[in-house]
This record gives sequence, structure tokens and C-alpha cells, in this order.
Amino acid sequence: MSAAQGIGVGEQQAHEDRQRDQGPSDPSRPGRRRLTPYLLLLPGMAWLAFFFIVPLVTLLSTSTQTRPAGAEIGVFTQTFRFSNYADAISGYAATFGRSFGYAFIATALALAISYPLAYAIAFKAGRWRNLLLVLVVAPFFVSFLLRTIAWKQILADDGWVVSSMKWLNIIGPQDHVINSAPAVVIGITYNFLPFMILPIYASLERVDPRLMEAAGDLYANALTTMRKVTFPLSLPGVVAGTLLTFIPAAGDYINSALLGNRDTTMVGNVIDSRFLKVVDYPTAAVLSVTLMASILVLVSIYIRRAGTEELV
Amino acid sequence: MSPRRWLGRNAIRIYAVLAFSYLFIPVLYTFVFSFNDSAKSNLTWKGFTLDKWAHPCGAPDVCPALVTSLKIGFLATIIATALGTMIAFALARHRFRGRTATNLTIFLPMATPEVVLGASLLALFLNLHVSLGFTTIVIAHVMFCISFVVVTVKARIAGLDPRLEQAAMDLYANEWQTFRRITLPLVTPGIAAGALLAFSLSFDDFIITNFNSGDVNTFPKFVWVSSLRGIPAQANVIASAVFLFAFLAVLVGQLATARKKREA
Repeated sequence: MSAAQGIGVGEQQAHEDRQRDQGPSDPSRPGRRRLTPYLLLLPGMAWLAFFFIVPLVTLLSTSTQTRPAGAEIGVFTQTFRFSNYADAISGYAATFGRSFGYAFIATALALAISYPLAYAIAFKAGRWRNLLLVLVVAPFFVSFLLRTIAWKQILADDGWVVSSMKWLNIIGPQDHVINSAPAVVIGITYNFLPFMILPIYASLERVDPRLMEAAGDLYANALTTMRKVTFPLSLPGVVAGTLLTFIPAAGDYINSALLGNRDTTMVGNVIDSRFLKVVDYPTAAVLSVTLMASILVLVSIYIRRAGTEELV
Repeated sequence: MSPRRWLGRNAIRIYAVLAFSYLFIPVLYTFVFSFNDSAKSNLTWKGFTLDKWAHPCGAPDVCPALVTSLKIGFLATIIATALGTMIAFALARHRFRGRTATNLTIFLPMATPEVVLGASLLALFLNLHVSLGFTTIVIAHVMFCISFVVVTVKARIAGLDPRLEQAAMDLYANEWQTFRRITLPLVTPGIAAGALLAFSLSFDDFIITNFNSGDVNTFPKFVWVSSLRGIPAQANVIASAVFLFAFLAVLVGQLATARKKREA
């Protein structure tokens, strides 16, 4: 075999390979198929990598920086000062407690309000069901800042809510509701309510009503049916709803800023002011990292205890 | 029927009415105060007027802020929907290495409080000395919208009957034709739902925007800034108009689907 022939064969092989690579998509060619998912993922995942993951790393790195003596405002250098964490956490322990406390109470209230409502929509609404679902989402169509400011008006000292509470002696004649911790909790509960109602509804809707009838046939009363059949079957929705409420509630600072006072400050308020007003990036970063880490820990414990792995 | 039995039987309905009142009283306030004849602060009732509805752009900065929000919303929605839909197809239709990591990267932004998302992105932009403005807002909005689009579209793809695509292939459609003629039309409602979700998230976002906007003014930012010195009633007019428009659109959509179902 001559050398020329060998080259010719090689060229032909290369030509065929090229044709295969550039040819129209053919499901029987495995090489192309293996590449497709990565091509589909590339732009979106790159976006998330650059603008979600990298920022988190930057935040982590900012959290151990310090401001060199005599440096300009806003200039920080990396000194790996991990005691930034100890300082910030001991300084803001009460603020963290408040954030998680308010978020916990608001989540519990939202669950108490949402479960019966979702139950009513799923089983008692008949042909009004879709309309009621639209009504659950509808408040979202109004800017949430304006709705929170509306709470400021509703809970104002001369408003009808406070007047009737005074008349019913629920609160004393000199008491206020606005600019207080209860007002903040009312606002947070309100803000994330649809996030609780919709997942619970979605899992209740999938419950086969015949299972509830069967429980009744087996002499379970309404309460036992709820406790042993309906509620356990709707648990995935309850877990999803409580998470969708608790996570944003713990990070929220709008309700505290608009409806609270100086003693209702939440972690979000501090992060916001440290970043945008005080220009103390390391402290803001420490608080953000701590907030996110504590939420992730709480959420993973909760998911494990609730026994549902499928959330996304 | 005794009143007690009536109460017992209707307890859940009464409860539902109360819960819906809780949901709608602030909406009602926003709507009612769009007719308030207020000069500066719109917190107390001064008298009825249609003036603010006749001149929705009458207050300074309201309409420019609204236009900025709409522009950002459209741009962020288009990008996030395209990127999210592609990821959804990859996750729903392909087996590949790195699946768990991908799922986690999609889930995490939804499990991160907004204040952390906003702060971390700002930390990055400050480090890179990027000047904040329209572009950085769009970047931020696309980032937090992608996950919601992925989840919505993925659910729709997972709900498809695989036999429809098999039938197309049996009838000698190639992969692209099957995708174009069968899969895509069936997934479109999911993509539309994802896009609507992305738009409403972007349009109403305040926290992340506030961190990354520089001096660009969006509608929520306008509301926030003016809440310190009194929100003009025009903001309520615009919010109410958006509400009525969205509500009617959804209602018409629901009715159309219901009719289609009845005909089918």
C-alpha cells in the first residue's frame, strides 16, 4: 500500500467525520444526543453561575474583610478576619431572634388561615373553584408595597379597626397597633398568604374524596378523618407552603420598616442599612451569610422531619 | 334549623369569607384611595375626585418609573423564559451527568431570601466596579426569574402524554418535526405561565432592585421613596389599573378555557 493511498483513506475518513458532525440531527447518532442537554443548559446555568453562585462567593469573601486604618470609605481588604462573625452575631443576636420569631409566628398564622380556606376551595366550592383560585392570586396584581402601606392606613390610630378594638375593649384607649410587633406580624402574614394557600390547595385537590368517604364508612368522625386521612395526604402541600412562607418572611424587612418601630428591626433591615447607608459591607455580608446558612439548616432539618424529599 | 346547627354547617364558608376579606381589604384600600382628593400625603381621606384617574401622569416621576418597570419586565421575561425553558427541557428530557448539581442550582435561588440575593449581587458589582443601572437590574431580574420558569415549564413537560410524540415518530416525523409540531405546541401553555410569572415577579420586585438599581427609578422604588414624604394618589391609580387589567385578563382566559373544555 502506497503512502499516497494511506493519506487518501485518512482524508476520506476525516471527510466522513466532518459530515457526521455537521449533518442534520439524527437521533441514532449518540454523540450529538449526549451533547444536547449540555447545550440546552449552558446559557441559563452560565447566567446563574455568574450572577448567583459567584455573588455568593463574593459575599463570603467580603464577610471576612476589614477596613484598613485610614482607608477611604467603601475600601476593604481581605484579612480573613473570621471574628467578624462572632462580633456581628453577638451584636445582632436579638435581631436574628426577632427575624426567626416573627417568621415563625407569621408562618403558623398563615397556615391556620390557609388550610381551612384551601380545604373550602378544594371540596366545598363546586363550580366557583376556579374563580376563587383567581381571587387568591388577585391581590398579587397590586404592588405589594402599596398593599403594605394600606395596612398602615388600616391599622392607624383613627382607623375603624383600632376604634372597634377599643370599643370591644380588646385594647386599651391609649394603645396603638401601628408601629408595633403585632402590626409587623400581621403584615408579614398577609404578604405571603397566597404562597401558603396555593400549595396546600394543590395537594388537597389531589386527595381522592372516596378515601374520606371510606374513613366515614369505617365510623371515623369528621375530626378523625381529618387527622388520619386528609391532613397526612396533604402534607407535601403543607411542607411546601410553610417553606415558601417562612423563607421570605425571615428575610423580609419591608413590613418591619413600614409597620414597625425601632424595636422591631429584623436582620433584613440591618443588612439593607449596612450595605446602602452605613457602607459597612463586611458586617452586611456576615449577616447575609449567617441568615442564609441558618435558613438552610432549619429547612433541611424540617424537610427531614416532615419526611418529604420531593419539593422541586 | 337552629342557629347553632346553621353555624356548624356553614363554619367553613364563613371562615373562607373572613379569609378573603383579609386578602382583599388592603386591595380595596389601594383602590378607594386612588379617588382621594389628596394634595401631598395620601394616608387620610380628603374627599372624592376623578381627577387622579383623568391625569394618571399628573404627579412627577410616576409614569417614567412605570415605563422603566415595564421595559425591565419585558426584557427580563424574554431572557428568563428562553433560558429557563431550555433548562426545563434538558432536565425533563435528558439523562446527563451533573443533574443533581443542576437541580440544586435551580432550587437554591428560590430558597434564598431576597435580601441575600440583592446584597450578594451588589457585592459582586461593587467588586468589579460595574456602574449600577438599567442593565444591572435586568441581570438581577433574569437571575431570580429563571428558576420559577424552569419549575413551571418542567411541570408541564412532565405532564405530557409520551404516546403523542411516539405516534408522531411512528408517522415518520423526524425529531425536529416532532418537537416543532407536537411537543412545542403542547408545552406552550406552560411556557406562557412561566413568562407571566416571571413578568409579575420582575414588575413587583423591590428588594433586589433597590440593591442594584443605582439611580434608575422603577415603579416599586418610586412608591418606596415617595412613601417617606407622601405617595401621590396617581400611584394608586396606576396600581388599580394594573390590577383591573390583570384580573380581567385572567378572568377572560379562565372563561375561554372553560368554554373550550365544554365544546371538546
